[in-house]
Amino acid sequence: MSDLTLGPEVAQTLPEPVWKEIVAAFARNRLAVVGLGILLIVAFVALAAPLLAPYDPYKVKLGEQFLNPSWNHPIGTDMFGRDVFSRILYGTRISLLIGLVPTLISMTIGVILGLVSGYFGRRVDFLIMMLADMVLSFPSLLLAMIVMYTLGASLLNIFIALSAVGWAGTARVVRAQTLALKNKEFIEASRAIGTKDIAIMLKHILPNCLPQLLVLFTLNIPDSILSEASLSFLGIGAQPPAASWGLMVAGGREFLFNAPWVAIAPGIAILITVLAFNFLGDGLRDALDPYLKS
Amino acid sequence: MGRYIIKKLLISIPVMFGIMLTTFFLLNVIPGDPIALMMKDHISVDVVARVRAQMHLDDPVFIRFFRFLGGALHGDFGISYKLNRPVSYLLATAFPNTLALALSAALVSWIIGIPAGILSAVKRYSLVDNFFMGFSVLGVSMPVFWTGLLFQYIFSLKLHLLPVAGFKGPLYLIMPAIVLGWSSAGTIARLTRSSLLEVMRNDYIRTARAKGLREIAVVVRHALKNSMLPVVTVMALQVSGLLSGAVITESVFGIPGVGRIAVNAIQNRDMPLLQGSVVLTTFLVIIGNLTADIVYSWLDPRIRYGNPEGKK
Amino acid sequence: MSDTQGDTRRETAGLLEIQGLKTQFRTRRGVVPAVDDVSVSVGRGEVVGIVGESGCGKSVTSLSLLGLVTHPGKVVGGSALFDGVDLLTLDNKGIRAIRGRDISMIFQEPMTSLNPVYTVGQQVSECLRSHASGVSRKAARASVEEMFEMVGIPEPRARLDAWPHQLSGGLRQRVMIAMALICKPKLLIADEPTTALDVTIEAQILALMKDLRRDTGTAIMLISHNLGVIAETCDRVYVMYAGRVMEEAEVFELFDSPTHPYTRGLLASMPRIGGERGPRKPLYSIRGNVPDMQQLPKGCRFAPRCDFAMARCVESEPPLLDASHATGNPGGKPHLSRCWLAEASGAGGQQ
Repeated sequence: MSDLTLGPEVAQTLPEPVWKEIVAAFARNRLAVVGLGILLIVAFVALAAPLLAPYDPYKVKLGEQFLNPSWNHPIGTDMFGRDVFSRILYGTRISLLIGLVPTLISMTIGVILGLVSGYFGRRVDFLIMMLADMVLSFPSLLLAMIVMYTLGASLLNIFIALSAVGWAGTARVVRAQTLALKNKEFIEASRAIGTKDIAIMLKHILPNCLPQLLVLFTLNIPDSILSEASLSFLGIGAQPPAASWGLMVAGGREFLFNAPWVAIAPGIAILITVLAFNFLGDGLRDALDPYLKS
Repeated sequence: MGRYIIKKLLISIPVMFGIMLTTFFLLNVIPGDPIALMMKDHISVDVVARVRAQMHLDDPVFIRFFRFLGGALHGDFGISYKLNRPVSYLLATAFPNTLALALSAALVSWIIGIPAGILSAVKRYSLVDNFFMGFSVLGVSMPVFWTGLLFQYIFSLKLHLLPVAGFKGPLYLIMPAIVLGWSSAGTIARLTRSSLLEVMRNDYIRTARAKGLREIAVVVRHALKNSMLPVVTVMALQVSGLLSGAVITESVFGIPGVGRIAVNAIQNRDMPLLQGSVVLTTFLVIIGNLTADIVYSWLDPRIRYGNPEGKK
Repeated sequence: MSDTQGDTRRETAGLLEIQGLKTQFRTRRGVVPAVDDVSVSVGRGEVVGIVGESGCGKSVTSLSLLGLVTHPGKVVGGSALFDGVDLLTLDNKGIRAIRGRDISMIFQEPMTSLNPVYTVGQQVSECLRSHASGVSRKAARASVEEMFEMVGIPEPRARLDAWPHQLSGGLRQRVMIAMALICKPKLLIADEPTTALDVTIEAQILALMKDLRRDTGTAIMLISHNLGVIAETCDRVYVMYAGRVMEEAEVFELFDSPTHPYTRGLLASMPRIGGERGPRKPLYSIRGNVPDMQQLPKGCRFAPRCDFAMARCVESEPPLLDASHATGNPGGKPHLSRCWLAEASGAGGQQ
């Protein structure tokens, strides 16, 4: 969050990360290791969902609606007689994809804009930062909602909406780091021997941002997952019958009293996944701490 | 201090302009005819054409933008396609509800978040710390809509303590405020803790201890005020988070607020209404940021009385 | 002679007697014995210097006295009798009553040692009001103003309401001194008080401290890495190295006839004008580096860097030995040196 944003006056050339020590520091953090473990399991489930799921997640069985949890249906069935457990397993796919792809895209945009903004300064900087201020003034969900309105509600469009929304924070962090680095001796020296600007940005400045970007990436993923779930819950994200956790919660909402598992269980899946990413991110931040601040 | 605030104020004008530009163009580039879409097949082509002309939908897009901008400055956002009423009227009716929800949620988040963060920092690595930090990371990680349903299930459907949904009095506000407040309480508690720990490492804390002050005086008088600076910044960001969360919370608890209007407007493809609610919401965020800047400068005398060192 | 009259201030029973102080830092990689069996005494009204390179434990020694060592540091042994009371055994409340009232401290960084969100007047009067109950705000303000005047702050009344960031480094350090002296302490601990200041300001602050000692009779423990500052201000000096006291002597004796090779090295590495070292000779510097505090040598801690190290020095660590014979000044004020050479050249005798 904001404690990642180093002011130009604090940031200096950071020591070279010593990966062995970072891994050791990370391994000492029990919660972070648990988070990583959970995520490995979630990733495995996403890949092997067809093998693990006992039922077809989309198969409607009209005689078997709202079956209580049992040995046959560990989390019961929903209003269309679909096996909730199988649907939750398939839901890992959407959530992980949504977590990774738009975050990666928006952070790439953010890195590029942040580098350009910090390195060239002046008018470019002013414009880009104004744009970032603007994006940050939109409540993120609302901006995503407008994009969804324009593009129409679909899973693919969520990718686009979330990619368009998330870059501003990254751009600010990278810009601050670039500002702090660009007048350092080693950059000046590189410039003096005629290295091109783009090479300086990619070879000298970007590597120095990596620890921060890694932490930011890990902590942005759960935000994307929650945004997708929220949009889908509101009916402007993934559309039925997709096995999206947010959509599943929305679908089960009306039957909360008689069949609470339909709405509650997918929420627990979201919670566990998001929690795991947060544990991982916090652990990474603590382990990388010496390289985030000097 | 005055100059600092005026500077911030001046920056927010182009930002607001940009927001209106973005919103307008995003919402007005949609392929397809909103009027035809709205009226379906019930009405003949020339009626559609007449309504379009009435709404100036055939004018060039930039003229429409400046008309929208001019109207917005007077608080006029046009007529809702679906509800056939002035957007400004609809928003004015809904806004107090959103405000009540957001403010009470903010209050919940401060009342829980700040003391939790302070206790965690003072009793670092203790059971108390672990408890509050677990509570916080849970708050940050729970999807708001799901927490809302869970609360409804437990406190309304099972325990019959609180009304499930609707908005007919303060009682109806309790669950939504706690659900929405918990998520930002998590952020605030975590930040208060880290900020306080950071401040406690400062030399002037050692000075305060060396004076012979009690530890509680050291924390309250010397650390807290300084550590609240970043927390205030987050409170501003919180406005944006709370309004995002309000969209969901209002939908879950059936509160007729601005967020619910926006969701309905999307579902009904009611462009003027969506446009109006977006502009109103972002305006609130900017006001929140400005307020934070003012509080910040009031808390920090280095800004209040100019900073000779800051000019390096 | 007039020992008992002219010099009573220094000769009366010690104000502070630190015996065998041990402070350790427990880190993930092991225990760091930052202060290891250190004994220091300060007489009433005396100015005692503690000198050494950074990391030798001199600051930790002073912080240990007032229980200001923060996690993961911990005082694990020794005693510190102050006016007959062992500071190290006091509970929180007891030590708090001493801090700022009987013993006060000033620190190296006047920039960061003052809280940026309170005026300097508030911060100084807070110290007074927390120790003397029933002092009204107005009375406190008047005393602070008086104190500001005493420490040479121009326009003291206007400065009461100044914020720290509005003052220069020298003025801020004067504020710190005013804060330290407002309760009329018996002992002032000054930890590198002039290190962050310009040379001219440094001279002013040192002169101020000497004046204050003369006028108020406050004893001072001056901690510095700068031998010049020590020479100018102190009566007696302790030289610390790697958590240990290496040499202890009166200031003139230490500078005229240092016995420990480390002290000699320190003195030799001080630039001098017109000294025995001609301008052509390069400035001396002690070879090697400060030892890793987690892997201290078995014998003398200075042996690996010492030009005079013998087999014995590597084998066993010398105690503090009486070196007064070696300096041709037997029977004078104690002169102790943690070096086997002191024993070899003198009559020996362990302290």
